[in-house]
Amino acid sequence: MDPSGLKLNFWENGPKPGQFYSFPGSSLTPGCGPIKHTLNPMVTGTSVLGVKFTGGVIIAADMLGSYGSLARFRNISRLMKVNDSTILGASGDYADYQYMKQIIEQMVIDEELLGDGHSYSPKAIHSWLTRVMYNRRSKMNPLWNTVVIGGFYNDERWLEFSNLAVCLGLFSVRLFFVSMQPLMREVVENKVEITKDEARALIERCLKVLYYRDARSYNRHEIAIVTKEGVEIVGPMSCETNWEIAHMVSGFE
Amino acid sequence: MVGVEDLVHFRYYVSSKTINKLIQVHDRIFCCIAGSLADAQAVTKAAKFQISFHSIQMESPPLVKAAASVLKELCYNNKEELQAGFITAGWDRKKGPQVYTVALGGMLLSQPFTIGGSGSTYIYGYADAKYKPDMSKEECLQFATNALALAMGRDNVSGGVAHLVVITEEGVEHIVIPGDKLPKFHDE
Repeated sequence: MDPSGLKLNFWENGPKPGQFYSFPGSSLTPGCGPIKHTLNPMVTGTSVLGVKFTGGVIIAADMLGSYGSLARFRNISRLMKVNDSTILGASGDYADYQYMKQIIEQMVIDEELLGDGHSYSPKAIHSWLTRVMYNRRSKMNPLWNTVVIGGFYNDERWLEFSNLAVCLGLFSVRLFFVSMQPLMREVVENKVEITKDEARALIERCLKVLYYRDARSYNRHEIAIVTKEGVEIVGPMSCETNWEIAHMVSGFE
Repeated sequence: MVGVEDLVHFRYYVSSKTINKLIQVHDRIFCCIAGSLADAQAVTKAAKFQISFHSIQMESPPLVKAAASVLKELCYNNKEELQAGFITAGWDRKKGPQVYTVALGGMLLSQPFTIGGSGSTYIYGYADAKYKPDMSKEECLQFATNALALAMGRDNVSGGVAHLVVITEEGVEHIVIPGDKLPKFHDE
């Protein structure tokens, strides 16, 4: 140290022969290994909604793949038909969903080839998927998704979700869990069952509110309905939005 | 039709102002690379080999989707280490002309048209406004050239020369437009 108190670090932290030099201000620290990107989702999907009704289950998701705040892919399907009794919707990283979709489709094909009349039940798919996601999470290489699985098998409805951490149940929504709960509870609470039309109306209303309030949503969605008759995926559809109050807004004081 | 500009930068230094980011992966399939060019070139080298091997095994030219899937597999399985995005476009006998994009995390999507790379953020609006389905070759060339020129104009880390390739059943046509011959827009 210089007696005048000034530190002259002209070459103090400069490049040394035979050693890796990190430029000042760089965020890379040498020698810490390869940069890991699996802990960051890239193209993501927002909420997935699910409701049980008399005779089946509805799942809905919008068709947007966001790249941060950029609405990059506006026509992607986040719902898939697993087999005639099960549907699956995913939010989170879309590349991981595509990977999951590929594996599940192959599993279903292999199962059909066995030709014994059995097919995967929604509970089986959910259980398997939860184990897979837990295993990946434990290896610090998660499938960055929250998945909603719905089904109608042996006259019983099934609706559960599974995400990169743990599995829990009931009406499953990803990001806007809290804001959708009151809307959904209002219709469903105190009633043992709701009809298919009520469920569909509820879902569409929730999708509309999500479009208004979720900054990562888009006004194009798909709905998947599973009943005893099988699976029907309806879409792409858009919600009618009401902007009448815009005229009434005047200033901020 | 695919088009790219050709600037490579390392922080603030332009390492190369004329590098071709359009890589021919097979006779009628081209790939545009973006992101870390070292990663992208390594991936396309591996992909090119796999695709030509696949095409020899199948005894027919590969499907564009197959080429795009090879890139996707490489990107998805190595997503921790790689930072590269691709646009694969080409012509095959089964579906005709197609465009596929492989985004950073390894997702694969087929689209009527797509834009990518750092400069693409500045032209999403232009592309959405000016794209029409079923354009003729000249309209398409104009659309791509304008889009590239606008992106290069606003993105600091894009620039130089525009490379375009037109791929049809009959063959492949390269068009190179040097920086001074690009269309001029409002520039103040």
